[in-house]
Amino acid sequence: MANDDIWILGIAMTKFGKHTDKDIVDLGAEAAMAALSDGGVNMGDIGVLAAGNLMAAGAGFGQQLQKQIGQTGIPVYNVANACATGATALRTAIMAVKSGEVRMGLAVGAEKLAGAGLLGGGGQSKKDGNKWEPRGRYGAVAPTDGRIGTDTMPGTFAQVGMEYGHKYGEVSFETFARISEKNHSHSTLNPLAAYQKKFTLEEIMGDMMIAYPNTRPMCSANCDGAAAAVVTTGEVLRTLTKEQQRRAVKVAASVLTTDPYQEACQILPDVNTLTRNAARQAYEAAGVSPSDLDLVELHDCFATAELVHYDNLMLCPEGGAVDFFESGASWRDGSTPVNVSGGLQSKGHPIAATGIANIWEVCHHLRGEAGPRQIADAKVGLAHVIGLGSACGIHILERSGL
Amino acid sequence: MSTTTSSRIPIVSYLALEPSPHLVANQCAACGARFFDRRNACAKCFATEFVPVDVETEGVLTSFTIVAFAAPGVPVPFVAGIIKCGQTSVRANVINCDPTPDAVKLGMKVRLATYSLGTDDDGVEAVGFGFEPAQ
Repeated sequence: MANDDIWILGIAMTKFGKHTDKDIVDLGAEAAMAALSDGGVNMGDIGVLAAGNLMAAGAGFGQQLQKQIGQTGIPVYNVANACATGATALRTAIMAVKSGEVRMGLAVGAEKLAGAGLLGGGGQSKKDGNKWEPRGRYGAVAPTDGRIGTDTMPGTFAQVGMEYGHKYGEVSFETFARISEKNHSHSTLNPLAAYQKKFTLEEIMGDMMIAYPNTRPMCSANCDGAAAAVVTTGEVLRTLTKEQQRRAVKVAASVLTTDPYQEACQILPDVNTLTRNAARQAYEAAGVSPSDLDLVELHDCFATAELVHYDNLMLCPEGGAVDFFESGASWRDGSTPVNVSGGLQSKGHPIAATGIANIWEVCHHLRGEAGPRQIADAKVGLAHVIGLGSACGIHILERSGL
Repeated sequence: MSTTTSSRIPIVSYLALEPSPHLVANQCAACGARFFDRRNACAKCFATEFVPVDVETEGVLTSFTIVAFAAPGVPVPFVAGIIKCGQTSVRANVINCDPTPDAVKLGMKVRLATYSLGTDDDGVEAVGFGFEPAQ
């Protein structure tokens, strides 16, 4: 191992679901303590803390967390970057370690989202019902959500999937629903998933429509949860025990991008270009190609999103996402298993936790510790998240050679 | 930016009502990129001069969703879509069309249409817009 290689030494996630008796500090603490223990270290070893939380981003979650598990005076970076918050926290810790400023970093993402309902949408109501008054950047005299398109997440990502159909050939409602069927089926093997319920295609298509073609089970599940990871360098890892070295997972690529200008990006967030850019950079940094991946955890916030990311991550030829899916490639027994954790649709999506929890899933397989859902002999995996607005985090992970 | 008579006001300032309803974009004088809001510099090329341009009122539906569940107070179902008007993408509802997958089709030709949002105490009528099937 090279001195400046980055390694995940310890990593953990809480069960995702409804944790009515725990706040975000409790959840973050549970994940952080478990990650430290998993890595065989404690807060005294940690030189930097990157703490992710979105819904209470002004509250100083990182400092609250230190008071819960160990106040050592190390710098805290409180991180918020939409649904890429967890991956951004991890990348923040990685950058600090890679710079040589600290030997070990801790990244934590925690969120309370159970019962949050529909995200996005609504907006300002007309305060004075008696007079039309232009307000805001667009001089709107009335709320525009529902009148000039939709601000809701299910509707936004529905359009992302439909746009793919317009560009490359129409995608049926059934195809999108089958993607959801896959992820719900996968979740039955994951005891930490918020939902472990298998749905038939008919149940998925016949469930409550949220934003065509996304029905309720095709949307990410709002829930509570946390995940945390300890990162260090090859130089430090070499001084640790053989067991720590064997279980460590190499971060072969850590990439964060934002959306570059595209003609229509002011109209519909472009989640494609930044993912392709991040994927290209990540494959190059890691020296691997999409066909080398033994498993992929990608940001299936909606069934319509998973489809486009097959293409964006170059798991298939351009325009070939439907053929790729219909070949069975992304099922757990396929050539490129995608979201064997159950994905955001059934494992759940506690926003800031998601970008570390999907890395935990990949690490779990690379370490050979995934039990009944183990992807046999997994050596390389990729974890991807998108935060709308937009931010894309991609990490490529490799099994320790020891 | 838009021209209105004293008795009508557009739902957003980039909807011009006269001489006939159309959208107006701020176009980068250097590269031609178009924006419906104000920018200090062009997001594409960083130039700082913009000129108002009229956007074509007919286009093609390149994406849509039928929103069945929305925030409180937002009437459902409605069709939200992306319309390519010439080289400019526009966000709008598809109106005067059944909100069903059988009636709304990717690639369908649509044109700008307006409707009344109601009148305030001063007698001013707010005007909304959407795109309706053109065939």
